[in-house]
Amino acid sequence: MTVVEAAFREHRGPLLATLVAELRSFDLAEEALQDAFAAATAQWPGEGVPRRPAAWLLAVARRRAVDRRRREETLTRYLPLLITEEPRTPSAADDSLGLLFACCHPALGRESRVALTLRFVAGLTVPEIARLFLVSESTMAARITRAKQKIRTAGIPLRLPTPADLPERVPGVHAVLYLLFTEGYRSYRDEVAAEAVRLTRLLHDLLPSDAETAALLALMLLQHSRRRARRRDGRLVLLADQDRTRWNASEIAEALTLLAADAPDSPYGLQALIAARHATAERAEDTDWPAIALLYARLEAVTGSPVVRLNRAVAVLESEGPAAALRLLDGLEEQLPRNHHVPAARAECLLRLGDRAAAAEHFERAAVLAPTATERDFLRGRAGTGSGG
Amino acid sequence: MKYALLMYSVEKSWAEADEATREKVYAAHGRFSELLRERDAERGGEELALSNTATTVRVRDGEALLTDGPYAETAEQLGGFYLVEARDLDEALEFARQLATVEDIIEVRPVVEHPAG
Repeated sequence: MTVVEAAFREHRGPLLATLVAELRSFDLAEEALQDAFAAATAQWPGEGVPRRPAAWLLAVARRRAVDRRRREETLTRYLPLLITEEPRTPSAADDSLGLLFACCHPALGRESRVALTLRFVAGLTVPEIARLFLVSESTMAARITRAKQKIRTAGIPLRLPTPADLPERVPGVHAVLYLLFTEGYRSYRDEVAAEAVRLTRLLHDLLPSDAETAALLALMLLQHSRRRARRRDGRLVLLADQDRTRWNASEIAEALTLLAADAPDSPYGLQALIAARHATAERAEDTDWPAIALLYARLEAVTGSPVVRLNRAVAVLESEGPAAALRLLDGLEEQLPRNHHVPAARAECLLRLGDRAAAAEHFERAAVLAPTATERDFLRGRAGTGSGG
Repeated sequence: MKYALLMYSVEKSWAEADEATREKVYAAHGRFSELLRERDAERGGEELALSNTATTVRVRDGEALLTDGPYAETAEQLGGFYLVEARDLDEALEFARQLATVEDIIEVRPVVEHPAG
């Protein structure tokens, strides 16, 4: 990776957020940042990398934005209001959060919110976002363009909501942040997951006494702490088989502190408590499965979600055995017809009951539905184990 | 920015409302106008006659075609609007929420402001 590519990876997101907040224009911010990276590509290899690459890029992008605005004559009179050389009073964190709330505004559709957040707060490119959501680049580009237009035309503000509006707006932001995290985690894009953690941390700094925000941050940190142990040689490693010394201890400790302060009986709170039970088991066989099964039962009562029921069945398999787990799995195939974890869980139960042929059949069904090659390989491997091969 | 707060409601209930109900609604609108005046946000607005008195005009091949009635047929009908000046969509929505305590549905629509000349 070249130095410019490295700087691009590291600084693109925050710089884009700062520029959008300063320039009050999504398009101008994108163009100016592109100009700045083009300038870096031309200059850094010959002249050397500046001592503070991010500051250099921001300065160049600001100048290019001024140049571009000058060309648009009608806007020239606003120039002095838009760009100032002095550091502005609101912090970069406020910029990111203001932009986050704008991108998650309830006047926008759910899909638009996620796409805008990934583009302008996390700084992903349109092709990257399209790949993450398995849609074509042109579909994603059109969605983002429409959403940008709505923000501009409808006058959605690029700043934090008033204190009176905040409580109503925060849950929508949580939903987008958690989706950002789970999409990054699911697809092994650690930098996307890390960005979601960073933004949630900013939100927690803004609202330190909000229990849901603390629970969400704890949940993300607990899952994120296992990122280095989840794969070995490109293969998926189950929680039980992960090398726990590779889990990030400081992230786990931070999450436990957050949960000690506040553990609400809410979806994020209960999920965080479950993740904490896993994180605090020294060895896989020390896992407190009965406690986890109870937490899942509470979570199912709160959410009524079939996905939660599936997870509960897995915990019950460990605490009460395959027969009790199979009872919980009944009917889930109809509710979650495309979820590969349902046949996989059934296969694990059948394997414990000694029915290897039936288990292999369900592992194959799961492999066909699995979204990634890593998971397909893993499931076919389990089927092989089951038939003794 | 200017926003139009378009008020949709079921016309039949208004037509069948008794005097006391109407008084209450008018009083609520009076208080809402007062709020807008206090915030220097009022830019106009009228109550509209029933939707069956509306005429819709659309141009096809350069010719204006007139049809009897409002454009969109739904259970609720456009009954009036306020024109407000708001800092941004959040403030416009704040006004709309106030208004939604008396009217069924409010559509918030930014007003296109054409440059003078």
